This record gives sequence, C-alpha cells and structure tokens, in this order.
Amino acid sequence: MSVWINEDAKVIVQGITGRQGLFHATKMAEYGTNLVGGCTPGKGGQTVDLGVREVPVWDSVEDAIKATDADASVVYVPPPFAAGAIMEAAEAFDRIKGEGVIICITEGIPTLDMVKAVAYVDDRPGIRLIGPNCPGIITPGDTGGAKIGIMPGHIHAKGRIGIVSKSGTLTYEAVAQTMSINEGQSTCIGIGGDPVNGTGFIDCLAAFQADSQTEAIVMIGEIGGSAEEEAAAWAKDNVTKPIVGFVAGATAPPGKRMGHAGAIISGGKGTAAEKFAAFEEAGIHVARDPSEIGAVLKTALEQAGLL
Amino acid sequence: MNIHEYQGKQLFRDAGVPVLDGVHCTTVGEALTAYDNLGSKVVAVKSQIHAGGRGKGNLYCPETGELQMEGGVKIAFSREEVETYATNILGHILITKQTGEEGKLVRNLYVESGCDIAHEYYLAMLVDREAKSILIMASTEGGMDIEEVAESTPEAIHKIWIDPNSGLLPFQSRNLGAALGLEGGALKSFMKMLSKLHSVFIANDCTMVEINPLVKTVDNGIIALDAKVGFDSNAEFRHKDWDDMRDMGEEDEAEIRASEAGLSYVKLDGNIGCLVNGAGLAMATMDVIKLKGGDPANFLDVGGGANEEQVTTAFSIILEDPNVKGILVNIFGGIMRCDIIARGVIAAVENLGLEVPLVVRLAGTNVDEGKAILAESTLNIHPADDLAAGAQRIVELIGGGE
Repeated sequence: MSVWINEDAKVIVQGITGRQGLFHATKMAEYGTNLVGGCTPGKGGQTVDLGVREVPVWDSVEDAIKATDADASVVYVPPPFAAGAIMEAAEAFDRIKGEGVIICITEGIPTLDMVKAVAYVDDRPGIRLIGPNCPGIITPGDTGGAKIGIMPGHIHAKGRIGIVSKSGTLTYEAVAQTMSINEGQSTCIGIGGDPVNGTGFIDCLAAFQADSQTEAIVMIGEIGGSAEEEAAAWAKDNVTKPIVGFVAGATAPPGKRMGHAGAIISGGKGTAAEKFAAFEEAGIHVARDPSEIGAVLKTALEQAGLL
Repeated sequence: MNIHEYQGKQLFRDAGVPVLDGVHCTTVGEALTAYDNLGSKVVAVKSQIHAGGRGKGNLYCPETGELQMEGGVKIAFSREEVETYATNILGHILITKQTGEEGKLVRNLYVESGCDIAHEYYLAMLVDREAKSILIMASTEGGMDIEEVAESTPEAIHKIWIDPNSGLLPFQSRNLGAALGLEGGALKSFMKMLSKLHSVFIANDCTMVEINPLVKTVDNGIIALDAKVGFDSNAEFRHKDWDDMRDMGEEDEAEIRASEAGLSYVKLDGNIGCLVNGAGLAMATMDVIKLKGGDPANFLDVGGGANEEQVTTAFSIILEDPNVKGILVNIFGGIMRCDIIARGVIAAVENLGLEVPLVVRLAGTNVDEGKAILAESTLNIHPADDLAAGAQRIVELIGGGE
C-alpha cells in the first residue's frame, strides 16, 4: 500500500500544452507515471508527445476523466486561472467518480482565490486537494512508480518512510537523508508553503498511520501559522509510528516573508522555537539540523525496534 | 505589500466606510494649508510610515540622533501647533517597536479633522490560515496593543469567521456589534460599516485590514480613525492601481531588485551570504550556518528554474552588502540541473571578480557534471558534499564560529 496515490494511479495533466505542463508531463511519463492524457481548453482533439508516448488532450477535465477514468489530476495552470482549474477538477471528479485527488503545483495563486477553492473542494468529501505551491506527491514503485509533480524522481526509492513537508527542495534533502541510511519512501507528500492550502499535516499523519507500508514518518515544517503545533498535538494521541520532525526558519526575522507566502512570523506567533517545543512535547524525534534527519531517523527506528 | 494610512483611508472613503476628512502632506506648508482648509479646530497630525506603534514611537534627528519629539501622532489645537508638529515629524526618523532600532525616515504626513469620541474599539479583518477563511476580530479595548489584550484578556476579543460561500451575513455583524456593547443607531452604523469593510477586503485582495481605534462618536456614528491595510502580492496581476500606491521609499531597494529578477531576497544582519534554491531549503541553510557558529547575511531563494543571468544577479545583490565576508551556495537540483548552476556560478564569479571565499554544495540532478565543472575551474571555489559540511567550511573560511 501507499498513501492516496498507488504506483499505477492514472493521472491527467491540466495545462498539458503549456511550457511547464509539457515539460513536467514528459518527466513524469519518463519516471513511469501512468500518465493517460491532459486537458487545455480549446486544444481538445490534439495529442502531445511525451517522449515515451503520445497522449490525447481534451478540452475539459470532465471529458478527460470520462475517457480515461483518471484517479488524479495535476494542475500546472498559471496563477490567475489555477483556482478555477482546481474547482473544475473537483466538480468533474465528484460528478463522475465521487472521488479523486487534485495536485496543484502552481505558485503565486491569490490567497482569497484559494479560500474559495478550498471551500469548494471541502464541500465534496470524496475529493482531496494537495498544494498549491508544492512539489507534488510521489509513490516510488518497484520499477518506476507514480510521480505527480516536479520532484526529481531519481533520488527516490520504494521503502517504508512516509515524508510530509511544506517545502520543495527541503523535501528532496529529507529524501536524500533517508537514502543515506538505506531507507526508501512509501509516499512523499509536499503540502505546500501557502497560507491557505488543501491537505494538511494532520491528514497526512493520519494516512501514514493507517498505511501498512509506512513504518516511520518524517515531517518537515516551516515558520508561520500553527499547523505544526496542531499536528504535533494530534500525533501525540493518534500516531504510534515514530516521527522525525524538522522546522525551517529558526533564524528568520519576524514580520518578513521568507519566500513562501505563508512563511512569516506575525505578531510573534509561528516561530520555529514554538514548533520545535511542540514537537518535543509530543514525543517527536527532533532534528535541529536537516543534515541530521537521517541520523535521528535511524535512532528513532532503533528505539522502535524497527532496525 | 503595505500601504500608508492615508491611502487605506482613501480606499475606505471610496467604498463608504466612514472616515474623517484628511489631507496627505509632504511639506510643512502643505500641512498648514490642510489645517486651514479642513476647518476643524482640533486636528491630528500623523506620521505616515509602514509600521505600527506610531503614537507611542519617538522622532529623532537623522544627523545628530537626538530626540526631536515624543510621539509620532499628535493632536494639534492651533495652527502653531500644526507647524511645530509637522516640522518635528517630516524629515525625522521615527522609531517604534515595529520599526527596529534603525527606525524609518518620515516623508509623509496626514492631517486629519478631529471628532468627539465616546468609545474606542479594535477591529481587524484577516485571512485565518487554520480556518481557511476570513476572520474578523473585535475588542472593546481600542487603542491598546491587541497582542497585549490577547495575552491578558483573551475573552475580550470577539471573533467571527466568514463562510466564503455565503459571505458576511447580517446576523454575524449584529452579533459582533452586540458583543462590543453597541445598540440602536450605533449598532446599525457598525453593521453597515462592517459590510462595506468586507467588500473593501475582497475587492482589494487584502491580507489584513486593522483599524485601531475604530471609534463610536457622541452622536452614535462609527468611524475608522486608523487604517492599516496589507495587500496579497500574489494578486498583483489583477490590481494595476497598486503601482500608484507603492511607496518605494518604504521598501528595501535590494529586495525590490531581487523580486524584479524573480528572486526572493531578505537582508539580515550577519556576514555569510546564502544563495539557495527553494524557500524551505534557504531557511534551513541559514539555520545550519547559525548552528555552526556563523551568522547568515541574507535569505535568498533563486527559485526552481534559475538561469545564469539570475544567478549573476543573485551574487551581485549579495555582494552589495558590505558585511558579507563569505558566500555559501546550496543547490538541491530538481528541475534545476547542477551543471547549469555550476556554469552560472563560474560566470558570476568571473564577471563580478569575487574576492570573498565561496563554498558550493551541489546535490540532485546532474550533480556529477556540476561538480566536475567546478573542479575544472581555476577559480577559488570550495566544494562541499552536504549542507552541514558546507556550512562548517564557510564558517571556518571567514574565521568565525566554534
């Protein structure tokens, strides 16, 4: 098993004819993702060449799902139209299948657009949104796997560590850390660094706890908001698998947005110190230095009798 | 992006949120003309900077550093007082608890009519990240520092959340007003004001609107005596009018240039420059430098697809900071290939004639090619295999740390 996305999940790409969409669709297909097509309004009936194969393009998400029975859709649509693309996918999955996973990679979507889109998705209980402003989700397989997003596929391997993170490249760092102690990953989920997003830490922790393939969890947070504190408190009562936690931004000054729209200490709240303290309070194994995630994970696995 | 109080009040005025008459001034002469034209015996003379705590802040002389006047917001009862206050404010440095020690040079002034206040309230509208909706907070403790109120008497802060599907509903405004003890005409005025303020928030893609104080007048009017407004930079593409409201004097020049080049840069106080791809990794890099006993000079995220030109711009921005004694480049190549970064680094070093030590850590896509390119170069570049080693190395090279 794995989380939300199986290694053979059927995936469509929204914005597949755009520069970003086509580039990453090609990379995903190369990795082995079961990419079955895409959509771009006005380009229905065309095909796009992904190197390993050609796939069809539809005008709407509805047409694409009807034709392919897709399980997931990944959004590479530019910021002004991205929230609309998320809602289109939510409506189509809900009507046709009653379920579906939407992964939004787009960075720079207006916050109030996301407030609307998240409410729309939440009104449809079978639909899950991951992101926006995230690297995506990857479930490495025995050969290939499902890579839905922009992460470099080749750094991953199938294994028993679940990774959830607000960051992109820092997630890759965490993946490399697990590989440095010869551990692969069950599923890696980037939930994104925006203030308002879909799937949160708690959803991911719950899914990892329920997943038989996942035996330990790495959780990477950032300054801003209180999602890490809430997740830690929840994990204390609900997660029995060992968790290793890191929070980026211990040296960030208050009131300054650190790249990600959500990474800002406001009104003295959302500091790394508070989040690390919440992790420790919840019995999470803390790595203060991301290059120690591997070592801390190894200790956590040993203590849990998993090594 | 933040705007000044006088600009926020213009947005309010245009939308029908009650504010007093006022005039934006940049000279003492304009302030006196404003006083004459407002026809109000009592006026407020208010420093305009992008930071709160102005009333309790102090003004200092930029040349001598001596205290010029206590309080960045003054009530003037005569033309002479307007002249004195405007003279003491314009061209002086205002230091408040939100500006940091260096304070901010005041270039703008707002002269506003007075009114008869019966009570002061606090009101704020913002996006609640956890509830994923707009939150309105109000308190009867107006004029106070809301963080202190939240700390000492959290029960005094009343909150309502707005369902994005239905918008702000009349019962919510009524309940919030009633919780503040408003009734009759004042409650009606409050409900009307709140509905218009919500429209301002949505129409302008605000991240925050704070009114401290919001006042009830003796004749039961509700007036916004303050306006702290922040816009969501992500929505800039649909607000062409923001360009006119942007006060470049309030923003860091290097941060603006970085953002124009598609880079995200924040200047800090340390001496080790950082060039990283990805916001989370950039923060983590700063953190590790600190753990190794060094001090980061900046946050800099070159993004997912930086090219040679952007890398050069990034280096030049880092090097403009005279405190920088060394640079750590940390790239985990995903979309970005390490060989491209390596070429960019070499080009930048050659173009800029880099004189400080440079440590480069590469990982991810095409890492071997990237490392080979750096190794072949005759430039003084120190390679590192992982982040900890890279941070350790740069701290040693500048002769700091443990």
